[in-house]
Amino acid sequence: MAFLNFRLQPKNELEKGGRTSALIQSDESEPEKKCPNCHRETPLSELAGNLNVCTCGYHFRMNSRQRISAMTDKGSFKEMFDDVTFSDPIGFPGYEGKIESAKNLSKEKEGVICGTATIGGEECCIFAMEPYFMMGSMGTAVGEKITALFEYATEHKMSVVGFTVSGGARMQEGLFSLLQMAKTSGAVKRHSDAGLFYLTILTDPTTGGVTASFAMEGDIILAEPSATVGFAGARVIEQTTKKPLPKGFQTSEFMMKHGFVDAIVNRQKQRTVIRHLLKVHNRREDA
Amino acid sequence: MKTDAYEKVKTARSNFRPTSVDYIHHIFDVFLELHGDRKFADDGAVVAGIAMLADKPVTVVAIEKGHSIKERMARSFGAPQPEGYRKALRLMKQAEKFKRPVICFIDTSGAYCGIGAEERGQGAAIAENLMEMMTLKTPVISIFVGEGGSGGALALAVADRVWMLENAVYSVISPEGCASILWKDSGRADEAAEVLKLTAQDSLNNGFIEKVISEENIDEEPFYKMIKEDLINELKVLGSKPLDELLEERYRKFRKVGQK
Ligand SMILES: [Zn+2]
Repeated sequence: MAFLNFRLQPKNELEKGGRTSALIQSDESEPEKKCPNCHRETPLSELAGNLNVCTCGYHFRMNSRQRISAMTDKGSFKEMFDDVTFSDPIGFPGYEGKIESAKNLSKEKEGVICGTATIGGEECCIFAMEPYFMMGSMGTAVGEKITALFEYATEHKMSVVGFTVSGGARMQEGLFSLLQMAKTSGAVKRHSDAGLFYLTILTDPTTGGVTASFAMEGDIILAEPSATVGFAGARVIEQTTKKPLPKGFQTSEFMMKHGFVDAIVNRQKQRTVIRHLLKVHNRREDA
Repeated sequence: MKTDAYEKVKTARSNFRPTSVDYIHHIFDVFLELHGDRKFADDGAVVAGIAMLADKPVTVVAIEKGHSIKERMARSFGAPQPEGYRKALRLMKQAEKFKRPVICFIDTSGAYCGIGAEERGQGAAIAENLMEMMTLKTPVISIFVGEGGSGGALALAVADRVWMLENAVYSVISPEGCASILWKDSGRADEAAEVLKLTAQDSLNNGFIEKVISEENIDEEPFYKMIKEDLINELKVLGSKPLDELLEERYRKFRKVGQK
């Protein structure tokens, strides 16, 4: 076999990149069951059995626990740094209430979960961001957990696999959140300089300060089909430039076409591809 | 509601304020501008080159808004494209090679927001600067002279020393953007400016920067002379540190933000 067959053929307009800015959703509603692509209604349990992918190929969002359990070997995930929780460093009005509802909605304590796991027997450090916790926005807790994970991985000479989903820096923490971009990037750089492997998988949506830091710093960058991936918000660009956005603007496909994504990998194939890449990079000449 | 913070935002954005190029002309003896990122284009929003500080060469990288309307348009009002950040990184790596310190001047409402900027990887360009600056093997000092807008400003501010002018601001989001998200009313930007803690004094109190530069005599010779002397003195301090120590301190300075 010459090539690992990463990609299923696009099945529909959506997979070909037909998304528009209207699909950048910031609402934190219950996981959908009506497919916005084919309009078919699928029971949640059935969707969950199919990695939250509709029969038409549409990738629904997946919460961080679901994702980790789908991608890692059963029982192998050991969560780390879950004691790092939110702080309100600038006393932002209404922030604490927002955190409370994010906790209730997501059943998570913050916007990312981190730990170690094996994937097809290959060890790695892994993080998955949480779409239902303030859309995976990066405040100090998210920055701290990701930084700590990279430091742990550097110390233990481990690869890092990261699933990103984020609306960007978390405004409610002011500059404390902006500076997490530098902090996480510093930890990624040290990990990289130690000759260690970092794989990112961009999922819908990966935007703003996370795109402009650790999401784009992987040695290899994969993306899910039709995910929104970009820096500035599409609506902001539309308003600023007063130009219509090109078809498929800021999708995974667009990012791959412009050279910023290595490959688009369907969710059903991710485990195989991640395991393969870990196996390639976890080899030690001296072992 | 009138707030001190929003007054500072307005002052930081004022057309009558000196821009980065004014600092370059007054502080350095010779400045040779170098153009282009060697990949795609030359971005007018970033002015960079080699300058002499007293008798020592330094690399200068600056985000420039321009003064006249014509110039401001040519410089995209100080909003760098990805190639601006890539030019900055190219010259910072050159500084590392030839063991010159780097001095950055920052004045931007943010990275350029447009279709082309996304196509050419605005996010990736900023991310690369953040990574590379963290381990750049030469002293780096960044000075906020006006606006410091979000990731587009941070991309030149991963430095050993970060200084801000008294009326400069540094924020994760513009007060107008914050107000329109929070209250669906960009007219409440003054309130947003207050809650965002974006003033130089806020940044100093939170430990993000090392110095607030007084604007007494702004745009007059004594003002520039003071900054020049501070730069000379600080580069002596930074230059005397072993490289490992310098880089460890730089890492720690950012590492500790939000660490419990
Ligand atoms: Zn469907």
